[in-house]
Amino acid sequence: MFSLLQEAATTAAGHTEEAAATAAAGAEAAESASGMPQLDFSTFPNQIFWLVITLGVLYWVLSRIALPRIAAVISDRQGAITGDLMAAEEFKQKAKEAEAAYDKALADARVEAGKIVAANRAEIQKELDAAIARADAEIAARTAESEKRLAEIRTSSAADAREVARDVTGELVRSFGGKADEAAVDQAVDSRMKGTVQ
Amino acid sequence: MEGNIAELGQYIGAGLAAIGSGAAAVGVGNVAGNFLSGALRNPSAAAGQTATLFIGIAFAEALGIFAFLVALLLMFAV
Amino acid sequence: MATEAEEATGLSFHPMEQFLVKPLFGDGPVHWYTPTNVTLWMFITVAAIVALLVMGTRGRAIVPNRVQSVAELAYGMVHKMVEDVAGKDALKYFPYIMTLFMFITFSNMLGLLPKSFTTTSHIAVTGVLALAVFISVTVIGFVKNGTHFLGLFWVTSAPLALRPILAVIEVISYFVRPVSHSIRLAGNMMAGHAVIKVFAGFAAIAAISPLSILAVTAVYGLEVLVSFIQAYVFTILTCVYLKDALHPAH
Repeated sequence: MFSLLQEAATTAAGHTEEAAATAAAGAEAAESASGMPQLDFSTFPNQIFWLVITLGVLYWVLSRIALPRIAAVISDRQGAITGDLMAAEEFKQKAKEAEAAYDKALADARVEAGKIVAANRAEIQKELDAAIARADAEIAARTAESEKRLAEIRTSSAADAREVARDVTGELVRSFGGKADEAAVDQAVDSRMKGTVQ
Repeated sequence: MEGNIAELGQYIGAGLAAIGSGAAAVGVGNVAGNFLSGALRNPSAAAGQTATLFIGIAFAEALGIFAFLVALLLMFAV
Repeated sequence: MATEAEEATGLSFHPMEQFLVKPLFGDGPVHWYTPTNVTLWMFITVAAIVALLVMGTRGRAIVPNRVQSVAELAYGMVHKMVEDVAGKDALKYFPYIMTLFMFITFSNMLGLLPKSFTTTSHIAVTGVLALAVFISVTVIGFVKNGTHFLGLFWVTSAPLALRPILAVIEVISYFVRPVSHSIRLAGNMMAGHAVIKVFAGFAAIAAISPLSILAVTAVYGLEVLVSFIQAYVFTILTCVYLKDALHPAH
């Protein structure tokens, strides 16, 4: 490493001897273009000095001004966010309560309506029952009447039929040349009619 | 041809040292590739391991940088 | 010697020229107090960080504007990283880790501007950053845990016969930490910028200049990613080391 320095120095010296007219900067550039400026130890104190100053200033600025400020801003924001979140939670709770109240009102109204409907229905049912009973009674009366008339018709028709049958039988017996016995004919017709009528 | 053996050796050595940079590239690729395959298997754990990934890459690359430094020293400083 | 070879082909590659430390005024020697381009770009870095983290959050708005949300995003990311990786008791060191993260991110990103100077591409700078972490972590480890901190090197979960060997390996890997910590960052920055410069050098040849411009664009995109990832890696490794110091038991 130190041989490098010596070499650099000698080449620089050679350059300056060769071309005294050229500026020192040109010679320096030519010299260091062939080596690594990073290994030029003559510039180390300079760089280190300015670096230490830079780091000191930067550290002071960051630790005194910038970082506390940013930390404060971030924690403020965090606080604001958690506050907002809590407020939002509260509002949510309120909304939930309002919804529950609304639901309850709705359910009450529904029950009320159901009651009214049931009452109406009972009333209607009662009326309906009465009407049906009335109709039933009327129907029963009419049926009885009809039955009676039917029975009358039936008895009268049975008597008529017996009369006709007796006459027909008497005539038949007579036409066959027999002598109609009134009592026997009656008996025969009656016995015959018993099976058919009624 | 003028020139001397020492200069020849310098350039050859610098070229050889540059191989080390390629080897470091293989190493870094290995680290990153293995990280990726692990991360695809378990993506939820990957986010917490990026720091480890960078540390691994840095260590693998450090030796490549040493090789590069040797090459530079041979080229410019010896 | 490299210059001569390049001059012979007619192309001029000076990929390392962008890393030169030059005085801002005149061209005298670089003393330790000389304002150089290092000073300028570190100042720009500080100004940018102050603009983002202090000016951007001036409103202290509950609903942040764009700049403030970026600042809060950065804060939240590093805060969560420290908490997750190093534990809750490491939050005491959060301002310093945030300082590291913001400085490295902004240095890397600003270094991607054309004609700019990347302060984090210098081993002197990253070395100081890494050594500061290393020394403070070691001190914290001994102050918090006393000699128990040495348990970090004595792996009790391993068989007894293996422990001395493991202890040697652990000690070596412990002392390699600042080296790899610093060189990873500086090397990534240096390599990316040098590659861009080399591709840009090819643009002088008309036949392949479209290709080289395309390559510069692609590498530039990659470098934006690398800039952030390296800052992230530096920070997360700091957290890992801090965790080792606070809770040395494996």
